[in-house]
Amino acid sequence: MQMLSAIGGAMWGAVAQGILWGIMALGVYITFKVLDFADLTVDGSFATGGAVSAILISLKVDPFLTLLVSLAAGMLTGIITGLLHTKFKIPAILAGILTQIALYSINIRIMGDKPNIPLLGSTTIFSQLQKVFPGLSYDTITILLGLALSAVIIAALYWFFGTEIGCCIRATGNNEYMVRALGGNTNSMKVLGLMLSNGLVALSGALVAQQQGYALVDMGTGAIVIGLASVIIGEVVFGKRFNFAYCLASVVIGSVLYRVVIAIVLQLGMKATDQKMITAILVALALALPVIRKWLFPNGKKKQPASRAAQ
Amino acid sequence: MLYLNHVSKTFNGGTINEKRALTDVSLHLNPGDFVTVIGGNGAGKSTLLNLIAGVFPCDEGAVTIDGADITRQPEYQRAKLLGRVFQDPMMGTAADMGIEENLAMAFRRGKKRTLRWGISKEEREEYVERLKSLDLGLENRLSSKVGLLSGGQRQALTLLMATLQKPKLLLLDEHTAALDPKTARKVLELTDEIVSRDQLTTLMITHNMKDAIRMGNRLIMMHEGNIIYDVSGEEKSNLHVKDLLEKFEQASGGEFANDRMMLA
Repeated sequence: MQMLSAIGGAMWGAVAQGILWGIMALGVYITFKVLDFADLTVDGSFATGGAVSAILISLKVDPFLTLLVSLAAGMLTGIITGLLHTKFKIPAILAGILTQIALYSINIRIMGDKPNIPLLGSTTIFSQLQKVFPGLSYDTITILLGLALSAVIIAALYWFFGTEIGCCIRATGNNEYMVRALGGNTNSMKVLGLMLSNGLVALSGALVAQQQGYALVDMGTGAIVIGLASVIIGEVVFGKRFNFAYCLASVVIGSVLYRVVIAIVLQLGMKATDQKMITAILVALALALPVIRKWLFPNGKKKQPASRAAQ
Repeated sequence: MLYLNHVSKTFNGGTINEKRALTDVSLHLNPGDFVTVIGGNGAGKSTLLNLIAGVFPCDEGAVTIDGADITRQPEYQRAKLLGRVFQDPMMGTAADMGIEENLAMAFRRGKKRTLRWGISKEEREEYVERLKSLDLGLENRLSSKVGLLSGGQRQALTLLMATLQKPKLLLLDEHTAALDPKTARKVLELTDEIVSRDQLTTLMITHNMKDAIRMGNRLIMMHEGNIIYDVSGEEKSNLHVKDLLEKFEQASGGEFANDRMMLA
Protein backbone atom coordinates (compact mmCIF):
# COMPACT_ATOMS: atom_id res chain seq x y z
CA MET A 1 0.00 0.00 0.00
CA GLN A 2 2.76 2.33 0.99
CA MET A 3 4.63 1.45 -2.16
CA LEU A 4 1.58 2.14 -4.31
CA SER A 5 1.14 5.57 -2.82
CA ALA A 6 4.84 6.24 -3.37
CA ILE A 7 4.43 5.32 -7.03
CA GLY A 8 1.30 7.45 -7.23
CA GLY A 9 3.19 10.39 -5.75
CA ALA A 10 6.04 9.90 -8.20
CA MET A 11 3.57 9.88 -11.08
CA TRP A 12 1.88 13.06 -9.89
CA GLY A 13 5.30 14.68 -9.65
CA ALA A 14 6.12 13.42 -13.15
CA VAL A 15 2.93 14.97 -14.51
CA ALA A 16 3.85 18.27 -12.86
CA GLN A 17 7.33 18.20 -14.39
CA GLY A 18 5.90 17.19 -17.74
CA ILE A 19 3.59 20.17 -17.95
CA LEU A 20 6.31 22.72 -17.13
CA TRP A 21 8.70 21.10 -19.62
CA GLY A 22 5.80 20.96 -22.07
CA ILE A 23 6.14 24.71 -22.56
CA MET A 24 9.74 24.06 -23.66
CA ALA A 25 8.42 21.37 -26.00
CA LEU A 26 6.03 23.92 -27.54
CA GLY A 27 9.08 26.03 -28.36
CA VAL A 28 10.79 23.03 -29.94
CA TYR A 29 7.61 22.34 -31.93
CA ILE A 30 7.77 25.84 -33.43
CA THR A 31 11.29 25.43 -34.75
CA PHE A 32 11.34 21.72 -35.48
CA LYS A 33 7.86 21.26 -36.95
CA VAL A 34 6.57 24.68 -38.02
CA LEU A 35 9.81 26.25 -39.22
CA ASP A 36 11.58 22.97 -40.15
CA PHE A 37 14.71 24.25 -38.42
CA ALA A 38 16.73 21.92 -36.14
CA ASP A 39 17.53 24.50 -33.46
CA LEU A 40 20.05 23.38 -30.84
CA THR A 41 20.02 26.75 -29.06
CA VAL A 42 17.41 25.18 -26.79
CA ASP A 43 19.86 23.50 -24.39
CA GLY A 44 21.42 26.89 -23.70
CA SER A 45 18.33 29.07 -23.69
CA PHE A 46 16.51 26.77 -21.28
CA ALA A 47 19.30 27.29 -18.73
CA THR A 48 19.34 31.00 -19.55
CA GLY A 49 15.69 31.19 -18.55
CA GLY A 50 16.42 29.42 -15.27
CA ALA A 51 19.52 31.51 -14.58
CA VAL A 52 17.84 34.85 -15.23
CA SER A 53 14.81 34.01 -13.11
CA ALA A 54 16.92 32.61 -10.24
CA ILE A 55 19.34 35.51 -10.03
CA LEU A 56 16.50 38.03 -10.09
CA ILE A 57 14.57 36.15 -7.42
CA SER A 58 17.66 36.08 -5.22
CA LEU A 59 17.72 39.87 -5.73
CA LYS A 60 14.13 39.95 -4.41
CA VAL A 61 12.47 40.77 -7.72
CA ASP A 62 8.83 39.73 -8.03
CA PRO A 63 8.91 36.08 -9.22
CA PHE A 64 6.22 36.60 -11.86
CA LEU A 65 8.13 39.54 -13.30
CA THR A 66 11.26 37.36 -13.55
CA LEU A 67 9.33 35.03 -15.85
CA LEU A 68 8.80 37.88 -18.29
CA VAL A 69 12.48 38.85 -18.15
CA SER A 70 13.43 35.22 -18.81
CA LEU A 71 11.06 35.18 -21.78
CA ALA A 72 12.78 38.26 -23.19
CA ALA A 73 16.26 36.82 -22.55
CA GLY A 74 15.27 33.63 -24.37
CA MET A 75 13.99 35.64 -27.32
CA LEU A 76 17.35 37.37 -27.51
CA THR A 77 19.18 34.02 -27.74
CA GLY A 78 16.84 33.02 -30.58
CA ILE A 79 17.62 36.24 -32.41
CA ILE A 80 21.35 35.51 -32.17
CA THR A 81 20.98 32.04 -33.68
CA GLY A 82 18.66 33.48 -36.30
CA LEU A 83 21.11 36.18 -37.35
CA LEU A 84 24.03 33.72 -37.45
CA HIS A 85 21.98 31.58 -39.79
CA THR A 86 20.31 34.17 -42.01
CA LYS A 87 22.89 36.96 -42.16
CA PHE A 88 26.06 34.89 -42.11
CA LYS A 89 24.71 31.77 -43.83
CA ILE A 90 25.91 29.46 -41.05
CA PRO A 91 24.09 26.10 -41.29
CA ALA A 92 21.13 25.86 -38.92
CA ILE A 93 22.52 23.14 -36.65
CA LEU A 94 25.90 24.80 -36.31
CA ALA A 95 24.37 28.22 -35.65
CA GLY A 96 22.36 26.70 -32.80
CA ILE A 97 25.38 24.88 -31.37
CA LEU A 98 27.47 28.07 -31.44
CA THR A 99 24.86 30.02 -29.51
CA GLN A 100 24.35 27.13 -27.12
CA ILE A 101 28.04 26.80 -26.28
CA ALA A 102 28.40 30.56 -25.81
CA LEU A 103 25.37 30.57 -23.55
CA TYR A 104 27.09 28.14 -21.18
CA SER A 105 29.62 30.85 -20.30
CA ILE A 106 27.02 33.59 -20.39
CA ASN A 107 24.70 31.69 -18.07
CA ILE A 108 27.47 31.33 -15.48
CA ARG A 109 28.05 35.07 -15.73
CA ILE A 110 24.33 35.71 -15.31
CA MET A 111 24.35 33.59 -12.17
CA GLY A 112 27.13 35.74 -10.69
CA ASP A 113 30.04 33.49 -11.68
CA LYS A 114 28.48 30.45 -10.03
CA PRO A 115 27.29 27.23 -11.66
CA ASN A 116 24.12 27.15 -9.56
CA ILE A 117 21.75 29.28 -7.51
CA PRO A 118 19.68 27.70 -4.76
CA LEU A 119 16.25 29.25 -4.19
CA LEU A 120 15.50 27.54 -0.87
CA GLY A 121 13.41 29.88 1.26
CA SER A 122 13.07 32.45 -1.52
CA THR A 123 9.69 33.54 -2.80
CA THR A 124 8.73 31.81 -6.05
CA ILE A 125 5.36 31.87 -7.81
CA PHE A 126 4.85 28.34 -6.52
CA SER A 127 5.50 29.30 -2.88
CA GLN A 128 3.23 32.31 -3.33
CA LEU A 129 0.44 30.12 -4.68
CA GLN A 130 0.92 27.61 -1.89
CA LYS A 131 0.22 30.38 0.60
CA VAL A 132 -3.03 31.19 -1.24
CA PHE A 133 -4.11 27.52 -1.48
CA PRO A 134 -2.62 25.85 1.61
CA GLY A 135 -4.80 22.75 1.10
CA LEU A 136 -3.17 21.77 -2.19
CA SER A 137 0.06 19.82 -2.57
CA TYR A 138 3.09 21.40 -4.24
CA ASP A 139 2.73 19.13 -7.26
CA THR A 140 -0.97 19.92 -7.62
CA ILE A 141 -0.23 23.64 -7.57
CA THR A 142 2.45 23.09 -10.20
CA ILE A 143 0.03 21.16 -12.38
CA LEU A 144 -2.74 23.77 -12.08
CA LEU A 145 -0.41 26.69 -12.82
CA GLY A 146 1.26 24.75 -15.64
CA LEU A 147 -2.10 23.91 -17.20
CA ALA A 148 -3.29 27.51 -17.00
CA LEU A 149 -0.07 28.83 -18.55
CA SER A 150 -0.06 26.16 -21.27
CA ALA A 151 -3.66 26.98 -22.16
CA VAL A 152 -2.86 30.69 -22.45
CA ILE A 153 0.27 30.00 -24.52
CA ILE A 154 -1.50 27.53 -26.83
CA ALA A 155 -4.32 30.04 -27.38
CA ALA A 156 -1.81 32.81 -28.12
CA LEU A 157 0.16 30.60 -30.53
CA TYR A 158 -3.04 29.48 -32.24
CA TRP A 159 -3.98 33.10 -32.80
CA PHE A 160 -0.49 34.18 -33.88
CA PHE A 161 0.01 31.41 -36.44
CA GLY A 162 -3.37 32.30 -37.93
CA THR A 163 -2.35 35.90 -38.61
CA GLU A 164 -0.75 37.09 -41.82
CA ILE A 165 2.73 37.04 -40.27
CA GLY A 166 2.10 33.68 -38.61
CA CYS A 167 0.93 32.17 -41.90
CA CYS A 168 4.08 33.51 -43.51
CA ILE A 169 6.24 31.75 -40.88
CA ARG A 170 4.39 28.48 -41.44
CA ALA A 171 4.77 28.83 -45.20
CA THR A 172 8.50 29.55 -44.75
CA GLY A 173 8.89 26.21 -42.97
CA ASN A 174 7.01 24.59 -45.82
CA ASN A 175 8.43 26.17 -48.96
CA GLU A 176 10.89 29.05 -48.77
CA TYR A 177 10.97 29.53 -52.54
CA MET A 178 7.27 30.14 -52.66
CA VAL A 179 7.35 32.60 -49.79
CA ARG A 180 10.05 34.71 -51.43
CA ALA A 181 8.23 34.57 -54.77
CA LEU A 182 5.16 35.86 -52.94
CA GLY A 183 7.05 38.73 -51.34
CA GLY A 184 7.74 37.24 -47.91
CA ASN A 185 11.07 37.95 -46.23
CA THR A 186 12.06 34.42 -45.25
CA ASN A 187 15.03 35.61 -43.21
CA SER A 188 12.86 37.77 -40.96
CA MET A 189 10.37 34.93 -40.62
CA LYS A 190 13.07 32.53 -39.46
CA VAL A 191 14.44 35.00 -36.92
CA LEU A 192 10.92 35.67 -35.67
CA GLY A 193 10.20 31.96 -35.31
CA LEU A 194 13.46 31.29 -33.47
CA MET A 195 12.79 34.25 -31.21
CA LEU A 196 9.34 33.00 -30.28
CA SER A 197 10.57 29.45 -29.79
CA ASN A 198 13.50 30.28 -27.54
CA GLY A 199 11.37 32.74 -25.58
CA LEU A 200 9.06 29.87 -24.65
CA VAL A 201 12.01 27.58 -23.92
CA ALA A 202 13.50 30.13 -21.51
CA LEU A 203 10.11 30.70 -19.88
CA SER A 204 9.89 26.97 -19.30
CA GLY A 205 13.43 26.98 -17.85
CA ALA A 206 12.46 29.77 -15.47
CA LEU A 207 9.37 27.86 -14.30
CA VAL A 208 11.35 24.65 -13.79
CA ALA A 209 14.04 26.49 -11.79
CA GLN A 210 11.42 28.09 -9.56
CA GLN A 211 9.54 24.84 -9.12
CA GLN A 212 12.56 22.70 -8.24
CA GLY A 213 14.05 25.46 -6.10
CA TYR A 214 17.38 25.97 -7.87
CA ALA A 215 18.93 26.91 -11.19
CA LEU A 216 21.83 24.90 -12.61
CA VAL A 217 24.06 25.87 -15.50
CA ASP A 218 23.57 22.45 -17.09
CA MET A 219 19.84 22.15 -16.38
CA GLY A 220 19.19 22.43 -20.13
CA THR A 221 21.55 19.65 -21.20
CA GLY A 222 19.60 17.34 -23.47
CA ALA A 223 16.56 19.62 -23.47
CA ILE A 224 16.35 19.56 -27.27
CA VAL A 225 16.10 15.76 -27.26
CA ILE A 226 13.47 15.84 -24.51
CA GLY A 227 11.57 18.43 -26.56
CA LEU A 228 11.76 16.24 -29.64
CA ALA A 229 10.66 13.23 -27.61
CA SER A 230 7.61 15.18 -26.44
CA VAL A 231 6.74 16.37 -29.93
CA ILE A 232 7.12 12.89 -31.40
CA ILE A 233 5.31 11.08 -28.57
CA GLY A 234 2.44 13.53 -28.92
CA GLU A 235 2.33 12.93 -32.65
CA VAL A 236 2.50 9.14 -32.37
CA VAL A 237 -0.23 9.01 -29.72
CA PHE A 238 -2.59 11.62 -31.11
CA GLY A 239 -1.83 11.52 -34.84
CA LYS A 240 -1.26 14.41 -37.21
CA ARG A 241 -4.51 16.31 -37.32
CA PHE A 242 -5.14 19.46 -39.25
CA ASN A 243 -6.22 21.59 -36.32
CA PHE A 244 -3.22 23.54 -35.07
CA ALA A 245 -4.45 23.97 -31.48
CA TYR A 246 -4.93 20.20 -31.28
CA CYS A 247 -1.31 19.66 -32.40
CA LEU A 248 -0.02 22.10 -29.81
CA ALA A 249 -2.00 20.47 -27.03
CA SER A 250 -0.69 17.06 -28.06
CA VAL A 251 2.87 18.37 -27.65
CA VAL A 252 2.24 19.26 -23.99
CA ILE A 253 0.54 15.93 -23.39
CA GLY A 254 3.47 14.24 -25.13
CA SER A 255 5.77 15.95 -22.64
CA VAL A 256 3.69 14.64 -19.73
CA LEU A 257 3.67 11.11 -21.17
CA TYR A 258 7.44 11.29 -21.59
CA ARG A 259 7.87 12.13 -17.89
CA VAL A 260 5.49 9.39 -16.86
CA VAL A 261 7.35 6.81 -18.95
CA ILE A 262 10.65 7.94 -17.43
CA ALA A 263 9.15 7.79 -13.93
CA ILE A 264 7.89 4.25 -14.52
CA VAL A 265 11.26 3.13 -15.83
CA LEU A 266 12.98 4.65 -12.80
CA GLN A 267 10.48 2.93 -10.48
CA LEU A 268 11.43 -0.34 -12.15
CA GLY A 269 14.93 0.14 -10.78
CA MET A 270 16.92 2.04 -13.39
CA LYS A 271 19.24 4.75 -12.17
CA ALA A 272 18.40 8.44 -12.51
CA THR A 273 21.52 8.84 -14.62
CA ASP A 274 20.08 6.37 -17.13
CA GLN A 275 17.40 8.90 -18.02
CA LYS A 276 19.31 10.37 -20.95
CA MET A 277 19.95 6.96 -22.50
CA ILE A 278 16.31 6.01 -22.11
CA THR A 279 15.33 9.29 -23.74
CA ALA A 280 17.64 8.68 -26.67
CA ILE A 281 16.26 5.17 -27.18
CA LEU A 282 12.71 6.49 -26.92
CA VAL A 283 13.28 9.19 -29.56
CA ALA A 284 15.19 6.82 -31.86
CA LEU A 285 12.38 4.27 -31.58
CA ALA A 286 9.69 6.84 -32.29
CA LEU A 287 11.59 8.18 -35.30
CA ALA A 288 12.26 4.67 -36.58
CA LEU A 289 8.62 3.66 -36.19
CA PRO A 290 7.55 4.35 -39.80
CA VAL A 291 10.44 2.24 -41.14
CA ILE A 292 9.84 -0.57 -38.66
CA ARG A 293 6.15 -0.53 -39.55
CA LYS A 294 7.09 -0.98 -43.19
CA TRP A 295 9.27 -3.98 -42.34
CA LEU A 296 6.50 -5.60 -40.36
CA PHE A 297 3.68 -4.80 -42.81
CA PRO A 298 5.27 -4.43 -46.26
CA ASN A 299 1.81 -4.40 -47.87
CA GLY A 300 0.14 -2.55 -45.03
CA LYS A 301 -2.66 -0.12 -45.66
CA LYS A 302 -1.69 3.21 -47.11
CA LYS A 303 -1.82 6.37 -45.09
CA GLN A 304 -4.92 8.51 -45.23
CA PRO A 305 -3.60 11.36 -47.41
CA ALA A 306 -2.38 9.03 -50.17
CA SER A 307 -5.72 7.29 -50.49
CA ARG A 308 -7.57 10.60 -50.56
CA ALA A 309 -5.24 11.97 -53.22
CA ALA A 310 -5.99 8.95 -55.39
CA GLN A 311 -9.66 9.83 -55.62
CA MET B 1 7.98 48.04 -69.41
CA LEU B 2 10.84 45.59 -68.76
CA TYR B 3 14.33 46.72 -69.69
CA LEU B 4 17.39 44.49 -69.43
CA ASN B 5 20.47 46.58 -70.14
CA HIS B 6 23.64 44.67 -71.04
CA VAL B 7 23.11 42.04 -68.37
CA SER B 8 25.77 39.40 -67.72
CA LYS B 9 25.96 36.52 -65.29
CA THR B 10 28.76 34.05 -64.58
CA PHE B 11 28.43 31.20 -62.12
CA ASN B 12 31.41 29.95 -60.08
CA GLY B 13 33.59 32.72 -61.49
CA GLY B 14 37.34 32.12 -61.14
CA THR B 15 36.97 28.38 -60.51
CA ILE B 16 37.33 25.38 -62.72
CA ASN B 17 33.53 25.18 -62.88
CA GLU B 18 33.18 28.69 -64.27
CA LYS B 19 30.07 28.93 -66.39
CA ARG B 20 29.14 32.00 -68.34
CA ALA B 21 25.36 31.81 -68.28
CA LEU B 22 24.42 35.17 -69.79
CA THR B 23 26.61 37.38 -71.94
CA ASP B 24 25.68 41.00 -72.41
CA VAL B 25 21.97 40.41 -72.89
CA SER B 26 19.67 43.33 -73.63
CA LEU B 27 15.94 42.95 -73.91
CA HIS B 28 13.01 45.32 -73.96
CA LEU B 29 9.41 44.25 -73.43
CA ASN B 30 6.45 46.47 -74.28
CA PRO B 31 3.42 46.49 -72.02
CA GLY B 32 1.19 43.58 -72.96
CA ASP B 33 3.93 41.66 -74.75
CA PHE B 34 3.61 37.88 -74.45
CA VAL B 35 7.07 36.57 -75.25
CA THR B 36 7.91 32.89 -75.61
CA VAL B 37 11.53 31.89 -74.96
CA ILE B 38 13.15 28.81 -76.51
CA GLY B 39 16.68 27.46 -76.58
CA GLY B 40 18.68 24.35 -75.74
CA ASN B 41 19.96 23.22 -72.38
CA GLY B 42 22.32 25.72 -70.83
CA ALA B 43 21.23 28.47 -73.20
CA GLY B 44 20.52 30.76 -70.26
CA LYS B 45 16.72 30.83 -70.38
CA SER B 46 16.15 30.02 -66.74
CA THR B 47 19.08 32.19 -65.70
CA LEU B 48 17.40 35.07 -67.51
CA LEU B 49 14.13 34.57 -65.64
CA ASN B 50 15.81 34.02 -62.27
CA LEU B 51 17.87 37.13 -62.79
CA ILE B 52 14.76 39.19 -63.44
CA ALA B 53 13.15 37.61 -60.35
CA GLY B 54 16.22 38.36 -58.24
CA VAL B 55 17.01 34.79 -57.23
CA PHE B 56 20.63 35.92 -57.71
CA PRO B 57 22.06 39.33 -58.60
CA CYS B 58 23.51 40.04 -62.04
CA ASP B 59 27.26 40.67 -62.38
CA GLU B 60 26.84 43.57 -64.81
CA GLY B 61 24.00 45.52 -66.32
CA ALA B 62 20.68 46.73 -65.00
CA VAL B 63 17.10 45.49 -64.70
CA THR B 64 14.29 48.02 -64.84
CA ILE B 65 10.56 47.43 -64.61
CA ASP B 66 8.16 50.29 -65.29
CA GLY B 67 10.92 52.81 -64.75
CA ALA B 68 11.96 51.38 -61.37
CA ASP B 69 15.54 50.10 -61.20
CA ILE B 70 15.33 46.77 -59.36
CA THR B 71 18.87 45.59 -60.11
CA ARG B 72 19.87 45.60 -56.44
CA GLN B 73 16.53 44.69 -54.90
CA PRO B 74 16.30 41.37 -53.06
CA GLU B 75 13.97 38.70 -54.40
CA TYR B 76 11.18 39.24 -51.87
CA GLN B 77 10.98 42.98 -52.59
CA ARG B 78 10.72 42.56 -56.36
CA ALA B 79 8.01 40.00 -55.82
CA LYS B 80 5.43 42.77 -55.66
CA LEU B 81 6.00 43.37 -59.39
CA LEU B 82 6.27 39.75 -60.47
CA GLY B 83 4.08 36.69 -60.80
CA ARG B 84 6.04 33.45 -61.09
CA VAL B 85 5.30 29.84 -61.98
CA PHE B 86 8.11 27.29 -61.81
CA GLN B 87 8.86 24.10 -63.68
CA ASP B 88 8.57 21.99 -60.54
CA PRO B 89 4.93 21.86 -59.39
CA MET B 90 6.21 21.48 -55.80
CA MET B 91 7.96 24.84 -55.85
CA GLY B 92 5.04 27.18 -56.31
CA THR B 93 2.85 26.06 -53.43
CA ALA B 94 3.14 25.10 -49.76
CA ALA B 95 2.19 21.42 -49.55
CA ASP B 96 1.22 21.30 -45.87
CA MET B 97 -1.06 24.32 -46.07
CA GLY B 98 -4.62 24.46 -47.35
CA ILE B 99 -5.64 25.67 -50.80
CA GLU B 100 -7.19 28.80 -49.32
CA GLU B 101 -4.12 29.45 -47.15
CA ASN B 102 -1.91 29.28 -50.23
CA LEU B 103 -4.19 31.69 -52.06
CA ALA B 104 -4.21 34.00 -49.05
CA MET B 105 -0.40 34.06 -49.11
CA ALA B 106 -0.52 34.98 -52.81
CA PHE B 107 -3.24 37.57 -52.20
CA ARG B 108 -0.79 39.41 -49.92
CA ARG B 109 2.04 39.52 -52.46
CA GLY B 110 3.46 43.02 -52.40
CA LYS B 111 1.46 44.02 -49.34
CA LYS B 112 2.68 44.45 -45.81
CA ARG B 113 1.95 41.44 -43.67
CA THR B 114 0.52 42.35 -40.28
CA LEU B 115 -1.13 40.72 -37.29
CA ARG B 116 -4.51 40.79 -38.98
CA TRP B 117 -6.12 37.39 -39.44
CA GLY B 118 -4.57 35.44 -42.33
CA ILE B 119 -7.78 35.02 -44.39
CA SER B 120 -10.88 37.20 -44.42
CA LYS B 121 -14.40 36.10 -45.29
CA GLU B 122 -14.63 38.30 -48.39
CA GLU B 123 -11.43 36.93 -49.86
CA ARG B 124 -12.65 33.40 -49.32
CA GLU B 125 -15.64 34.16 -51.54
CA GLU B 126 -13.36 35.61 -54.18
CA TYR B 127 -11.16 32.49 -54.06
CA VAL B 128 -14.19 30.30 -54.69
CA GLU B 129 -15.03 32.32 -57.81
CA ARG B 130 -11.45 32.23 -59.07
CA LEU B 131 -11.11 28.50 -58.41
CA LYS B 132 -14.35 27.85 -60.29
CA SER B 133 -12.74 29.41 -63.37
CA LEU B 134 -10.06 26.69 -63.23
CA ASP B 135 -12.82 24.10 -63.64
CA LEU B 136 -10.96 21.53 -61.54
CA GLY B 137 -13.45 21.28 -58.69
CA LEU B 138 -10.99 22.88 -56.28
CA GLU B 139 -13.62 25.39 -55.13
CA ASN B 140 -15.17 22.64 -52.99
CA ARG B 141 -11.88 21.77 -51.31
CA LEU B 142 -10.76 25.13 -49.93
CA SER B 143 -9.23 23.70 -46.78
CA SER B 144 -7.65 20.60 -48.37
CA LYS B 145 -3.89 20.53 -48.13
CA VAL B 146 -2.21 21.36 -51.42
CA GLY B 147 0.01 18.28 -51.02
CA LEU B 148 -3.06 16.19 -51.84
CA LEU B 149 -3.41 17.72 -55.31
CA SER B 150 -1.95 16.34 -58.53
CA GLY B 151 0.94 18.08 -60.29
CA GLY B 152 -1.40 19.60 -62.86
CA GLN B 153 -3.78 20.88 -60.21
CA ARG B 154 -0.86 22.39 -58.31
CA GLN B 155 0.44 24.13 -61.43
CA ALA B 156 -3.01 25.51 -62.21
CA LEU B 157 -3.27 26.74 -58.63
CA THR B 158 0.20 28.29 -58.82
CA LEU B 159 -0.80 30.10 -62.00
CA LEU B 160 -3.88 31.41 -60.25
CA MET B 161 -1.74 32.47 -57.28
CA ALA B 162 0.78 34.22 -59.51
CA THR B 163 -1.96 36.30 -61.11
CA LEU B 164 -4.25 36.79 -58.11
CA GLN B 165 -2.67 40.19 -57.59
CA LYS B 166 -2.16 41.42 -61.13
CA PRO B 167 1.62 41.33 -61.68
CA LYS B 168 3.52 43.85 -63.81
CA LEU B 169 5.33 40.91 -65.35
CA LEU B 170 4.45 37.22 -65.38
CA LEU B 171 7.41 34.81 -65.47
CA LEU B 172 6.66 31.25 -66.55
CA ASP B 173 9.64 28.90 -66.36
CA GLU B 174 8.65 25.82 -68.39
CA HIS B 175 5.63 25.56 -66.20
CA THR B 176 4.12 22.65 -68.13
CA ALA B 177 7.29 20.61 -68.66
CA ALA B 178 6.63 18.28 -65.72
CA LEU B 179 3.02 17.56 -66.69
CA ASP B 180 1.49 14.90 -68.91
CA PRO B 181 0.53 16.18 -72.40
CA LYS B 182 -3.19 16.48 -71.68
CA THR B 183 -2.71 18.34 -68.42
CA ALA B 184 -0.02 20.48 -70.01
CA ARG B 185 -2.47 21.54 -72.72
CA LYS B 186 -5.08 22.42 -70.13
CA VAL B 187 -2.61 24.54 -68.14
CA LEU B 188 -1.47 26.28 -71.33
CA GLU B 189 -5.07 27.10 -72.26
CA LEU B 190 -5.53 28.52 -68.81
CA THR B 191 -2.35 30.55 -69.24
CA ASP B 192 -3.60 32.01 -72.50
CA GLU B 193 -6.96 32.78 -70.94
CA ILE B 194 -5.56 34.58 -67.91
CA VAL B 195 -2.86 36.46 -69.83
CA SER B 196 -5.27 37.80 -72.41
CA ARG B 197 -7.99 38.57 -69.85
CA ASP B 198 -5.65 40.60 -67.64
CA GLN B 199 -3.47 41.91 -70.52
CA LEU B 200 -0.39 40.63 -68.68
CA THR B 201 3.13 41.24 -69.90
CA THR B 202 4.56 37.73 -69.94
CA LEU B 203 7.83 35.86 -70.43
CA MET B 204 7.28 32.14 -70.97
CA ILE B 205 10.05 29.58 -71.37
CA THR B 206 9.04 26.45 -73.20
CA HIS B 207 10.67 23.44 -74.79
CA ASN B 208 7.78 22.94 -77.12
CA MET B 209 8.40 24.86 -80.36
CA LYS B 210 4.82 24.55 -81.53
CA ASP B 211 3.62 26.19 -78.33
CA ALA B 212 6.31 28.82 -78.69
CA ILE B 213 5.02 29.71 -82.15
CA ARG B 214 1.34 29.36 -81.37
CA MET B 215 1.31 31.38 -78.16
CA GLY B 216 2.19 35.00 -77.58
CA ASN B 217 3.05 37.84 -79.95
CA ARG B 218 6.83 37.53 -79.85
CA LEU B 219 9.43 34.79 -79.73
CA ILE B 220 13.08 34.85 -78.72
CA MET B 221 15.62 32.11 -79.12
CA MET B 222 18.62 31.87 -76.84
CA HIS B 223 21.91 30.11 -77.30
CA GLU B 224 24.97 30.04 -75.03
CA GLY B 225 23.91 33.04 -73.04
CA ASN B 226 22.83 35.22 -75.93
CA ILE B 227 19.56 36.10 -77.60
CA ILE B 228 20.19 34.92 -81.16
CA TYR B 229 16.76 35.37 -82.68
CA ASP B 230 13.91 37.75 -81.90
CA VAL B 231 10.71 37.80 -83.98
CA SER B 232 7.30 39.29 -83.41
CA GLY B 233 4.02 40.08 -85.13
CA GLU B 234 3.25 38.61 -88.51
CA GLU B 235 6.75 37.24 -89.03
CA LYS B 236 6.30 35.18 -85.89
CA SER B 237 2.86 33.87 -86.73
CA ASN B 238 4.17 32.71 -90.09
CA LEU B 239 6.96 30.71 -88.48
CA HIS B 240 7.13 26.94 -88.67
CA VAL B 241 8.97 24.51 -86.44
CA LYS B 242 11.20 23.81 -89.43
CA ASP B 243 12.35 27.45 -89.52
CA LEU B 244 13.21 27.40 -85.84
CA LEU B 245 15.17 24.19 -86.23
CA GLU B 246 17.17 25.72 -89.07
CA LYS B 247 17.89 28.81 -87.01
CA PHE B 248 18.94 26.68 -84.15
CA GLU B 249 21.21 24.51 -86.24
CA GLN B 250 22.86 27.54 -87.73
CA ALA B 251 23.63 28.86 -84.29
CA SER B 252 24.75 25.66 -82.67
CA GLY B 253 26.64 24.23 -85.62
CA GLY B 254 24.68 21.01 -85.87
CA GLU B 255 24.78 19.98 -82.23
CA PHE B 256 21.11 19.44 -82.38
CA ALA B 257 21.04 15.70 -81.85
CA ASN B 258 21.75 15.85 -78.10
CA ASP B 259 19.26 18.54 -77.35
CA ARG B 260 16.01 17.77 -75.60
CA MET B 261 13.86 20.25 -77.49
CA MET B 262 10.58 18.66 -78.24
CA LEU B 263 9.58 18.47 -81.87
CA ALA B 264 6.05 17.32 -81.26
